[in-house]
Amino acid sequence: MYHETEILETRTDAEGHEWMTINVGPQHPATHGVLHLVITLDGETIVKVDPHLGYIHRSIEKMCESLSYRQFIYVTSRMDYLSAHINNHGCALCVEKGLQVEVPPRAQVIRVLMDELTRIASHELWWGAMAMDLGAFTPFFYAFREREMINDIMEETCGARLTMNYMVPGGVMHDIHPNFQRRVKEFLKDYKRKISEYDEVVTENIIFQNRMKGIGILSPEDAISYGCSGPVARGSGVHCDVRKHYPYEIYSSLQFDEVLESGGDCFARYLVRMREMKESVRIIEQLIDNIPEGDFQAKTKAVLKLPKGEFYSKVETARGEFGVYIVSDGGTTPYRIKFRSPGFSNLSVLDKLARGNKIGDLVAIMGTLDLVIPDIDR
Amino acid sequence: MNREELKAAITGKWPSAVWEEGNEWATLLGEPEPFPHMMTLLRQDPDLQMDYLFCMTCVDWKTHLTMVYHLRSMAHRHELTVKVKLDRTNPQIETVSHLWRTAEFHEREVYEMFGVRFLNHPDLRLLILPEGWEGKFPLRKDFEDPVNMIRL
Repeated sequence: MYHETEILETRTDAEGHEWMTINVGPQHPATHGVLHLVITLDGETIVKVDPHLGYIHRSIEKMCESLSYRQFIYVTSRMDYLSAHINNHGCALCVEKGLQVEVPPRAQVIRVLMDELTRIASHELWWGAMAMDLGAFTPFFYAFREREMINDIMEETCGARLTMNYMVPGGVMHDIHPNFQRRVKEFLKDYKRKISEYDEVVTENIIFQNRMKGIGILSPEDAISYGCSGPVARGSGVHCDVRKHYPYEIYSSLQFDEVLESGGDCFARYLVRMREMKESVRIIEQLIDNIPEGDFQAKTKAVLKLPKGEFYSKVETARGEFGVYIVSDGGTTPYRIKFRSPGFSNLSVLDKLARGNKIGDLVAIMGTLDLVIPDIDR
Repeated sequence: MNREELKAAITGKWPSAVWEEGNEWATLLGEPEPFPHMMTLLRQDPDLQMDYLFCMTCVDWKTHLTMVYHLRSMAHRHELTVKVKLDRTNPQIETVSHLWRTAEFHEREVYEMFGVRFLNHPDLRLLILPEGWEGKFPLRKDFEDPVNMIRL
């Protein structure tokens, strides 16, 4: 049994270095969830970080093997709960690929709008929590103020604030609420003013910059080799935005930039997410007045059966590339399902980034990796 | 390269390549024996340059296990699936964690969930499951847990 920040072992090598192995987590304010790290230190310098996972492992992949193609989508909201919409989207795309169902244009636009609102909400939470980890408490309240507005919009249309379960195979579950467009436009108007406030409060703060710049540098080669995706890899200049390079739904017809930074340090990853929020605003602005009329759901059978074979689809969540791999034996439930979660690969690079840095920097590094533990454990 | 060009290019460099039809991406069937050389070729050949292992998993077919590797080239933007059939009673295969570092974590996951032993893996031990779990493989089809598993 482990205890909080317990010293597990101390030893001194021949040159007089004192090595200490300490335990962080699984209940620790800086890990944001039940992540358990066993850290070896030489003084204050990190020698090794060994993540121990599984505290919130629910074996969702096994569970899905006994759920139908309509049911399993709901479980996936519980993986990356901050990108619930986008997880559902990936699964719906994979089932649609198997069924060869054409999604109506209205549903496609609604899906993309929801995805981008989710991305903003997720980055908001990350930004608040990250600033709080580094000692600034006010941004957390700023972030939650804006995120609350998105949650209210979601609640009105989807009926839920966190695990929305709004995407279904063939489209979305029901049409958008009559207030949806008005409230999103109100939010955008307000939000564009707020986001420049964020830069004044946090990004331009010199103490904040000193804690981020030059810390946890990830080279593009390592980012690719470790399977990093999303803002973590784009902070190192790797072109990996699924929306741009493997476009799904209507992303190929939208005007937006793939946000890239070349620094590879914590500050670069921070800037990528800050700019991504602005890109999401751009996407929403293009679509909010142009939601086509028509059906919000394609006609599908009550019981879905995927043909025998394998199907893979990928989407860009707030954390990176989320992949769904379904192996079907022709029945009503998946034979085997695998979720390629972005957090799992992004976590594997933690040891590499933390080595040689001070223990205080670990918080900044973990913060910019934006780890969501249920997404890693699945 | 599109799917057919990629298949032709790989067959040119690896003449014994066997292909599986009917999937979204070109699917290369490997044997455990020359598998490490094949993967090294895919990773290091400048025309192929499969430098991104974006998904790796295993499927239990009750009679055998199949390792599935999804590879992508970040430079050339082509994708490939590699499958290797493994014996179910004593599954073992060479590690690819020296080619793609992300495989280190993924192989640990497959090791504990399916019991596949990865030869020459730097640190093959449980990642998600608690200590003392060895010997039971939750994602295999014959795994039973009367307490925690709910059948619908």
